[in-house]
Amino acid sequence: MDRREPGIRPRPTLGRRLDIAARFAFPGALTALLQVLAGGPFHFGGQAELEVAVALGSVFFWSLHRPLSLPPLLVFGLGLLADMLTEGPFGLLLFTLLLVQALAFHWRERLARQELMLVWLAFAAVALGAAALQWAVTSVLSLRLLSFGPAAFEAALAAGLYPLLAVVLGAAHHRFAEPSRA
Amino acid sequence: MIRLSIQVRQVIARLTLPVLTAVAFGLILLGKADAVIAEQARESLGDSLTPLYAALATPIGRLQDALGTVGGAFVLAGDNARLRQENSELRKWQAIALALDAENKRLKAALHWVPEPAPSFITARAIADGGGLYVRSVLVAVGPRSGVKQGAIALDDDGLLGRVTDVGARSVRVLLVTDLNSRVPVTLEGSGGRAIMVGTNGPRPRLEYWTAGTRPQEGERVVTSAVAGAFPAGLPVGTVHYGEQQQPEVTLAAHIDRIDLVRLFDFNLGRQLAPEAAPAVVTGR
Repeated sequence: MDRREPGIRPRPTLGRRLDIAARFAFPGALTALLQVLAGGPFHFGGQAELEVAVALGSVFFWSLHRPLSLPPLLVFGLGLLADMLTEGPFGLLLFTLLLVQALAFHWRERLARQELMLVWLAFAAVALGAAALQWAVTSVLSLRLLSFGPAAFEAALAAGLYPLLAVVLGAAHHRFAEPSRA
Repeated sequence: MIRLSIQVRQVIARLTLPVLTAVAFGLILLGKADAVIAEQARESLGDSLTPLYAALATPIGRLQDALGTVGGAFVLAGDNARLRQENSELRKWQAIALALDAENKRLKAALHWVPEPAPSFITARAIADGGGLYVRSVLVAVGPRSGVKQGAIALDDDGLLGRVTDVGARSVRVLLVTDLNSRVPVTLEGSGGRAIMVGTNGPRPRLEYWTAGTRPQEGERVVTSAVAGAFPAGLPVGTVHYGEQQQPEVTLAAHIDRIDLVRLFDFNLGRQLAPEAAPAVVTGR
């Protein structure tokens, strides 16, 4: 809420300010938590791909629906976390996440009010592009043509996970992550 | 705090993303030029997350065990019949093994055989999949002052998993034999021929460079070879299997898709470094 706007509003007590701060920090904190949990001791295959998939989906969602809570500097931090959690060329996931945010910002006005189906299609394209970028850069840096299979799996996983992520994050977005509801 | 005009703030807001993207691209190049910084960053994060992952491992393991018990109840009769048959077969093998063990002891005594030193090992839990899109590795919680060194060999209860490439304060990273950069000298047990087992990122590593005249046979057992001094001879690796492209592959004995408890052995082999850890000069030779 802008302070310069006229109107009656509750007194900014410490509790209220903390509440607002927590709601602002929610998108970034949840993304980081999901990334860390995806790498946890679950012992199923494809956890490295899952870590990237939740980061891609979450950064895309919040960049589209609440860009103020996920500034580029925070995405930079989340990208560093992703790069440190998984192995691969250092900085690549960071680069990919920033590009995804740039794309989301670019499409924001057109996509934010569209139906989930259309946003999902856009995200599927973004995820495929991100996976292809990872495949290409890793291939170039390791000086051999790597199989596209793992990258395709990652893109499919990210795209398949997005509707679920969008529904859960969407509910959070309008309820406890909304600063004006503090 | 410095008050900036709206125009300046807008310019900064517009430039942040491109500048950060450029920095990220620079980091990729820097990470390629100097891998040590990235490794240290990953190791320190792994160390700090170890307590969290270790705390999560117990309840998750219990839940998965409980689910396994419920699932197992439905296939109880089938399992029972299979286990009875396996048991009767294993009893025959046990009799053979006992006879062979006794014979082995007699022969060793007759030859005045010098026993090999028993390797020291610790058992630890794999707490996180530390791999990436094109890297197969796991993070193992070892606790402080575990004494695990780079190049230590990781096995599960059935066979070879990989080698320790990075050692942190509370965790170590094990590069699995399925990783693209993994090369393991092996012996084909049937023919005694040597070969190199090459990781492909898939579940089954490939066999390459076998000695002329000893083409790997389907179902033949594969064990490690002491040729390069990186592994002791005779650790179980798996069995030969011919895939769709008629390339000899190794079906691993270890459960590489579900790594839980890991034994880390120190065989005191002249400190041959693991592939990632070896400096460029050594790998180039």
